[in-house]
Formats: sequence, structure tokens, C-alpha cells
Amino acid sequence: MKMPRKWLNEFVNLPLEEVGDKAFAEAMSVSGSKVEVTEDLSQTIHNVKVGRILSLEKHPNSDHMLVTQIDVGAEAPVQIVTGAWNVHVGDLVPVALHKSLLPSGAKIEKGKLRGVESFGMLCSLKELAADVHDFPYGQIKAAALLNNYHPIDPLKPSVSPLIKSGDRIFGKVVAAEVTKVENAGVNLWKCSLATGTETVTDCQNVHEGDLVAYNTEKDAICTLQDLHAEQKEFPNCIEDGILILHEDCRPGDDMAKLLGRDDHVVEYEITPNRPDCLCMIGLAREVAVTFGKELKLHEPAVQAKAGGSIADMAKIVIEDPALCPRYTARMVKNVKIAPSPAWMRERIRNAGMRPINNLVDITNYVMLEYGQPMHAFDFSCVQDGEIRVRTAREGESIRTLDGTDRPLSPNMLCICDTEKPVAVAGVMGGENSEIVGDTAKVLFESACFNGPSVRRTATALGMRTDASSRFEKGLDAEGTMKAVNRACELVELLGCGQVVEGVIDVFPGKKPQTRVKLEPGKINGLLGTDIDETTMRKILSDLGFGFDGDTILVPSWRGDVEHYSDIAEEVARFYGYNEIPTAFSGGISTAGGYSPLQQTERRIGEICRSMGLDEIITYSFISPSYYDKIRMPKDDPRRDSLRILNPLGEDTSIMRTTILPSMLEILTRNFNYRNKEAALYEIGRIYQKRPDGLADEPRIVSLGAYGPKMNFFVLKGWVENLLQELGAAKPHFVAERGNSAYHPGRCAKVFVGESEIGVLGQIHPQTAANYGVDAELYCAELSFEALCAAQGGIPVFKPLPRFPAVTRDIAVVCDASVPVGDMTEAILSGGGQYLKGCALFDVYTGHHIAEGMKSVAFSLTMRAEDQTLTDEHAEETVARVLKLLKEKFNAVMR
Amino acid sequence: MSMRELMQSLHDAAMQAIFEAEDVEKLEELRIKYLGKKGELTGILRQMGKLSAEERPVMGQMANQIRGEIENLLDERRRVVTEAMLQKKLEKESLDVTLPGEKPHLGHKHPMYNVLDQIKDIFIGMGFEIVEGPEVELADYNFTKLNIDEGHPSREWTDTFYFTPDSRILLRTQTSPMQIHAMETRPLPIRIIAPGRVYRKDEVDATHSPMFHQIEGMVIDKGVTMADLKATLNLVVEKIYGKGTVTRFRPHHFPFTEPSCELDIQCHKCGGKGCSTCKGEGWIEVLGAGMVHPKVLSGCGIDPDVYSGWAFGMGLERLAMGEYKITDLRLIFENDVRFLEQF
Repeated sequence: MKMPRKWLNEFVNLPLEEVGDKAFAEAMSVSGSKVEVTEDLSQTIHNVKVGRILSLEKHPNSDHMLVTQIDVGAEAPVQIVTGAWNVHVGDLVPVALHKSLLPSGAKIEKGKLRGVESFGMLCSLKELAADVHDFPYGQIKAAALLNNYHPIDPLKPSVSPLIKSGDRIFGKVVAAEVTKVENAGVNLWKCSLATGTETVTDCQNVHEGDLVAYNTEKDAICTLQDLHAEQKEFPNCIEDGILILHEDCRPGDDMAKLLGRDDHVVEYEITPNRPDCLCMIGLAREVAVTFGKELKLHEPAVQAKAGGSIADMAKIVIEDPALCPRYTARMVKNVKIAPSPAWMRERIRNAGMRPINNLVDITNYVMLEYGQPMHAFDFSCVQDGEIRVRTAREGESIRTLDGTDRPLSPNMLCICDTEKPVAVAGVMGGENSEIVGDTAKVLFESACFNGPSVRRTATALGMRTDASSRFEKGLDAEGTMKAVNRACELVELLGCGQVVEGVIDVFPGKKPQTRVKLEPGKINGLLGTDIDETTMRKILSDLGFGFDGDTILVPSWRGDVEHYSDIAEEVARFYGYNEIPTAFSGGISTAGGYSPLQQTERRIGEICRSMGLDEIITYSFISPSYYDKIRMPKDDPRRDSLRILNPLGEDTSIMRTTILPSMLEILTRNFNYRNKEAALYEIGRIYQKRPDGLADEPRIVSLGAYGPKMNFFVLKGWVENLLQELGAAKPHFVAERGNSAYHPGRCAKVFVGESEIGVLGQIHPQTAANYGVDAELYCAELSFEALCAAQGGIPVFKPLPRFPAVTRDIAVVCDASVPVGDMTEAILSGGGQYLKGCALFDVYTGHHIAEGMKSVAFSLTMRAEDQTLTDEHAEETVARVLKLLKEKFNAVMR
Repeated sequence: MSMRELMQSLHDAAMQAIFEAEDVEKLEELRIKYLGKKGELTGILRQMGKLSAEERPVMGQMANQIRGEIENLLDERRRVVTEAMLQKKLEKESLDVTLPGEKPHLGHKHPMYNVLDQIKDIFIGMGFEIVEGPEVELADYNFTKLNIDEGHPSREWTDTFYFTPDSRILLRTQTSPMQIHAMETRPLPIRIIAPGRVYRKDEVDATHSPMFHQIEGMVIDKGVTMADLKATLNLVVEKIYGKGTVTRFRPHHFPFTEPSCELDIQCHKCGGKGCSTCKGEGWIEVLGAGMVHPKVLSGCGIDPDVYSGWAFGMGLERLAMGEYKITDLRLIFENDVRFLEQF
């Protein structure tokens, strides 16, 4: 919401000199109306003055430029060269002087144009960042000047180059030299022609000495259109030029002021609970209370001098009172469409809207002033003089004012006559009842519509308007009457029509006034303050609240206030949030801290990072096609995912039931970014459908990596380390051939005891290929829950060995299919009391080893607890191990 | 040559040779040569038999003196030579210390979780517990029980992700439903923070993501006031942004708190004058907060006449982006290792 400070002064006397922008913004923000930005409009235009043209002469070195002398209120006139042909001696024009700034950011300085000095520039509407809505008389019409005629084909000119005044061009059109031009009103010039006639033209580019085409039948000087000519035939006869001012101004006046740019505009962020602040009066009330000033409000007064009564002319029926609690209307006769006055245009423009014409401007002005959107219908287009507020019927459509045909659905509230919709309620009017030209009768609508209904309709139609964005927040039904009266008052003030007596006011949704008990103790208790009741009452009554003893009467525009806590906020806002003391309420009565599960989660993160893994965060939703990408079987129950019914796109449409695609996506991205290696982890949730429609959301520890140092055993080492550091019992790994996402020969399930912790392995090359990666990817998916369960307690100290250990290396040959893990386990469990460790140090196949066999070498560590181990004991242990390997695995010493 | 002369000449030769010796091995060689069992001094002394009884003790004494001098010099020289050799060795071993170190590869916490952990620690220090809850949530918890009525725009299908056509089950749009879960299940008093993922239907761009993180916090106890809210949050902000950070509390609106506020900190870049960081406002919005709405309390079975509470919510992404000057939100979820390893 934009609030021009100049307009504010009508309601609260708070000049800029008293409270500057920064202080204003700060005070308003901390009282609850957050100021986003304040724009000083005068900063955008500088040293542009009103000037009167004293003389016009042809440029000595140019066939289209003019040299002008201009009175800009200074002692001496200023010389300016212009290419515009629409200026006349005596015209008032905007002059950008030497060292001036235009709204476009352009800086104007003096210079020479074809050898003639020019001390500035005359400005067009566009150069002032305005358009014909701001200055309706700024529309430029150009005559086709025969002295500017350039035939397309010089050999076949449409008009002879020898043509002279009095010659016939075609039909009733003759060439005529202009002998004299006199101003005859706004954009009107009386021209004496050498043919002996006088005519009045609204073409602005006609000067003494010009040769024009004159239509004797229509008594009019011809434009390009009249001659069916193309622009390039009359290159300088263009519908563009300098803005000729018809304002109450004098040479030397500042254009910034004339344009209304001597203003500072405050832009607020208004929270959705305060639609009453989406207008000047609502904001002015906040300003008044914030700065302790008087709020000056005006009661609209309508004379209603037109004959008849609205009750005899119109009928209004609300078919759906839930969607339209109130509909108020007044009638205006003999409407005269014209530009609205400068003050109104300026306020509308500075508040961020565009002036259009008096009637439209009045509706917008009232909306900006009172916050009540209004609509004006051409009443002659309302069939049977009857307005019916109803939802659209199946198949109905409307062409809205923006010229778009819009199909309506049956939940959309419309303003209709007895046959058809004439407006989409609260959103936009229909073209069929648009005010055009001089509409005889206009019906002003000032209504209240259901907020969510308007919002849904506007969203469905894709047209959020100034009106709908106010209605959608829920407006005060009590406000419609004042607004419609204000509109009619303005109609009379602007003289753009006659107001018919009476108001039609259908108000099925009247609500009782909200009453809240004033409980100062409770308010202070909530705020931690000691504010006295008098102060509270003062703040509330300044805000428009009434009192009935201890009961607060909430004004109708404050639909957000219904509870003592709401009252506490009102009091606090103006007492000052920053005046509320800071104090801890008593001792801290809770212990705080991480839960055991949270501690484990943190520990897992620490372990992963100590192993060199970086943490990632991935989206919880994936594409259903990702299940195919990881080669999940079609009948896998994990394909039954929670599906978002309104996803942003297919890629984020289901909740993942496996974390693998998320990790693969990130590995792939890093691979595609040509990062040589990546080692990543995430502790993320998966989402499993539950019968009640919600989800189980277990966490998965996801590891993933690729790079030159990666292989299955590095990954396995990470998993082993993780379990070891968590104090879990020794895990065992079982080859897993059934998980189609992984390489069938390089995948394992990991167990601690009977409990399955998860799966790890190299990603199946086909899976990797599905991601466009031709490198080995390694992933592990471990259940966080299982890891927590496997976690050991507090470690118990084991005494350090006092006697030295003895190592012996052995190598055995066995069938290639024997798992080394089984051999290691057998050695450790059957090696006897002195065997303390068994480490694999080589697996070899090839030369000297028979086909289908392998050589496996172990380093055995032996130690006695009570003495230095003897050779005998060592040899005995080795023999025992070899025997065991022979028996269990048919492995013989090399 | 007399024996005396022989000994004198041996002495001189030995002294000369020892002086000239450059290493420990040479010195040992000289020791053997002059003082060894078969050395020159012994050789001379063997001829003692030929001397008269008067001369013998004199020569013997001289021989001992010479031996002593040579030994002393050998020791002295050995020390010098050893020291020199050590110096030489050290010289040879010296390194170019500007060559790069060999770093073990360390893993990195995601920057956003760095910031989250910082905040968790602050609140734990103040007696808070951390709670977590479902992301697939009932509209009842995400909206209704938070005093967000049926017509509220945030409930629209254009804003919230839904799983059921009746809008009953959704992806939570805020961590605020954790307030309700906590009030319904935990004994009073309550001091919790609830960080987690939340979801809104926003297209991905430099400042938006359909999934992001919030931290919710709530205190419910007897006699909790807005003064307590201010004191606690001021302390938290000081811990995050440094001591002396200037704050302001500004009225705002949330359906589930009343009174509601936003907490701004004075822009640390311009000191409140207004710059590009604070978009000219001089203040940077940090979090939203307020007193738990009495309707919400009683909806959870807590008597608002006995208990009161306050709550806050803040966005984690924006905090992390501010802390690390990250300019594009997409980087956070892209997980490029070149990004991750900067933190």
C-alpha cells in the first residue's frame, strides 16, 4: 500500500518538515505498520520549469528544426532548439534547463544543434514519465502538411510538387496556404487560409506559411488518415511532440510540483489481518495515534438534486448472502465523461494507480481513500434494471473490461442482471456494462463480498486486481454506505453527473458489534508490563474503540480484534513493543539437552566426517521414474509411495521410500561437475505409507562415494568403522545378489547379531548408466534405528598387554570360492588361547596356483597374558590353525 | 735421537695430525697410531730398559704427560669434529618449508547444519529440549489447531502440497504444528525447539525452494510474559550475531500468536543508515514470534488462565545464507563438494 504524504496531510497534520522520512518510517514500523520504502518523488525530476514560447524561427541549417526563445521566468529568455512542430508562440511548455534531470534518469545539458546553441530541451509527455491519462489534453493530432510531403516514388507523386494554394487535390480537398493561426481554446486553432476561408482545427502542427490539404465539404484541415497517406510520406507530421500545458501555471514554475512530484510516497507492508489499513483513512488513523495527532475525518454529503428516486429505477437481489453480506448502490444521471481534475489525478498517480477519466478515477479514489472497492455500471446495459448477485451458471462466460473472454464456473460469484453476468463480483467488471462516452445512467456499486470466495475466483481467472486483493482479506461490511456516498459527493464536486436521490442497501449479513471485556490485569500479565488502565483506554479510544463500562466496543473495521489478547496487542503497539521490559520469568524449570537418539545422530555425523565424508541435504520428494532408474523391481512394495496431488512437477511428486536415488542424484551432479572424487553422507528420512494416510518417517544413514581411491573395501571399512565407533558388536557381512540397484557380485548386507543394519556395495553399472555415469559409484543405506539399537554402552577399560606378542605368517591354498571372512572367523574362534589376532595380508591367484584355487596369507598375532610367549606355544598355535584350515576348508599350506 | 727427543717429536707430530683430522674415524686412527697397544708411544717406551735408573722415572713421567695431552686434545678435537658433522648433516636435511603440507581428508558438516547446531547449543544452554515430528502432517495440526481458519490463503492448493483430495493430509508448511504436538504430549512446563524440513509450493530460484528448514521454539509455563520472550530472544540474537547487537521488536501478525511480533536486528553492515544488505531499511528481519494465542492453548487442553507461553519461528536457510554470505539458495541443495568443503 502506497501512501503519499501530501494526501495524508488532509487527515493528519504532519508536514514533512516536522517528521522526516526516516523518523516516520521508524515510528510507523514499530507501531505495526511496517514501512518498506519511502520514495521522494522530487528526486526523479530536477530543474524542469514551465516556459512560455516567445518566438519560433526556422533553424538556418535544418529543414525540420525550430529555434525558440522561451520565457522561463528569468530575466532573459532562453534559446532552445526543438524538432517538434506542435508548438506555437504563446504556448506554455515544460523546459528541461541546462543541468536538469528527467525521470528516465537522463541529464540534460546545453549544447549545439547544427551550429545553433540550445540551452536545454522541451519535454514531451513521455520524457516526463507521464501519459495522456495524466494529461488528457496531451494527445497530439497532426495535419498532413504538403510542404513536408515526400513521395514514396519521386517519379509518381500523389501530390504534384508544383501544387499551390487553391489547386484541387482530389474530390473536395484543395491545397490551401495558411496565412494566420490564432489560438481558439485548448488544442484548437483558428486558421485563415489563402483560399479565403477561415477554419478551426485541432491539429497542433499548423503554422503560418504551411500548405495544408483542406476539405471544403467537411470544413476541416486533413490529417494523414484523411489523405490515406503513410507516415513516411509526411515524416515530420507526427502525432508526437511537446506537452502543451493547460494548467494554472506561470513561466518559471517548477514542473515537479505541477506533476505532483513534490511528494514523498511511503510504501507499507500491511499484514493480512489489517485490511482496514489498505486505504488512506485507515493508515491515517494509525499515523494519528502513533504521533499523538488529531485524525480529521470528513462525513460525505450528497445533494442528490436529480429527479426521481433510485428505488423506482433499480432493484437489487442477493441470491447468495453468504458470499455477499451487503450490496449498496446509488444512481447517477446525465453523466459527463471527462478527465478528472489535476489534484485527483495527482493523488491517484502518486498512490500507484493510473488516472483514466473522472468516473473511473472517482471509484479508484474512493477505494484508495476508504479501502472500499467500487464499481460503476452503465445502467442502460443492465437488463430489466435489476441486479442479481448470484454464482455463475454452468456454461456462462463474461468478457471482462480487459477485453478477455472468461468462462465462469458455478462457484464464482457474479453481479448479473436478469439474463447475464455483468461483472465478476469483487474482481472486474464486464465489457457489456462498461461506461463509454456519455453514459446516461450509472449505477455505483459499493458491496461487501466473501474474502476467500473472491480470492479463489480471482486466482482461478488469473486476474488479481486492486479490488480483489482488498476483498480477499475480508472487508468491513459497515463501510459500504460511506464509500458510495463519498463517490456521489465527488460526482457532484467534479460536476460529472447528477446524483439520484436514495440508496439501495441490501444487508443480509449484518453482524453484532464485537464486545471484549477490558481486563488490565490480564493484559499486563501477558505483556509483563505495568500499564495503567487510563493509558489503555486512551490508546483504544484513539484507535476508534468505544466503551460501555468495562466492555470494549470493537469498531466494525477491526474484524481482527475479538479477544483480550488482541486488545493486549493494541495496547502494546502504542505503549511500544520496545518499551516492554526484558526479564526472565523465574528460574529455568527444565533441564534441556539432547535426547539419546539425537546424541547418536550427532555421533554418526562426527564419525562420518572424521572418515572424510561431507554432509549433504537432499529433497525428500523424488520422481516416480527414479524407481526405474535404480532398477527397482516392478512389484517392489517400496514403489507404493505417498503421492503429492498438486506437485510442482513430476520430478518432485512422490515422497521417497528409499534414499538411494537422492544420493545417486548428488553423486551424479558432482561427477558431471568434473569433481574428481566425492565422499558424502546424509542422515535423511524416508516416507512409508501408513494405513491412516500419514507416514512412518524412519531415518536412513546414506553413504555415497566415487573416485580413484574408492573400492568396495573402502566403503566396507567406513561401515565397519561406523559400527565400531558406535560400540556395536562385530558385524558380519553377507553377499547380497538380489538387490538390483547394486552390482550382484559387489554388494553385501551387514548384520550385527541377528539385526540387519543395511546394505552396501558398488552401484550396478546399469544403474550408474541410467544416471549417465560411467564410473564406479559406491553407496550404503543403513537404518538409523538399527544403528541405534546396535550401539554399545559405555566402553569398559581392558588392561593393556604386559608381555610382547609374537607374529607368524602363514599362506594356504584353497578353493577360490571359500570366503575369506569364514576362514578368518574360524581361525579366531579355533586358534586357541594364545591367538589374539588374525589379519589377512594377501589373496593371490595365478602363476603357481592351480586353476580354481587361491592362495590366502594371514598374519597371526599370539600372546600370553602371564609370560613372554615361548616358541613352542607359538608353533603349537600355528599348527592348530593349519589343521583347522585343512579340516574346515581343505586348505593346505603353500 | 735421545728418548726425550723421540717423545717430543712424537708429541709434536701427534698434535699436528690431531689438529688436522676432520672426522671421528681419523681421530680414532690417530689414537691407535700414537696411543694404542702397538702404537708409537708404546714403541718408544719399550726402549725404557735401555735407560738408567735415574732417567726412567723422568721419562715415564714425560710419557704420561704426553699421553695425557694427546688424549685431551683427541677429546677436544672429537667434540669439535662431531659438532661440525652434526651441523653438516642438519644442513643437508633442511627442507623447503613452503612446500605444501600433506592434509588428511576431513569431512565437512553441511553449512546449514553448522548454523542449526549453533542454535541448538544456544537453546540447550537455556534449558530447552529438541523435538522432532512428522513432515507428512494433518491439516488439523498444520492449520486448524493453530487458529488458521478454513479460508486462509496458505491453505490453498496453490500454496500447500496435499496428499488427499479432501485437503486432510499435507506436507507441513511450517514447523509450528510441533507446538501442538508438544502441548498435547509433553508434561508442563515446556521448553522446546523443533527444527525441521517444511514444504511450500514455491518454484526453485535464488531465494526460494519447495523444501526448506525452519526452527520453531516454544515455552509454556506459569507466568510467562512478553518480557520473557524479549529477554530470551535478545539473548539468542546476541549469541548468534555477537554482543551489542541492536534489536527492535515490531508488531506483526501470526494467527497462532497474539500479540505477535517480528524481531529485527540493526544492519551490521551500515549500522542502521540503510544499505543494499538491509534494502535501505537499516534493519534486517530475523524471526517472527509472539505470545501463544489463548485459543491455541485451550485447544490443546491447557488452561490459558493458568499457563501462558511464547513461541517463535525462524528460517534456517536465510540465517545460513546471511552467516556465510551465500548468494543463491540453490547452492544449499545442490551439494557440490566444492561448495560443501568451504565450510
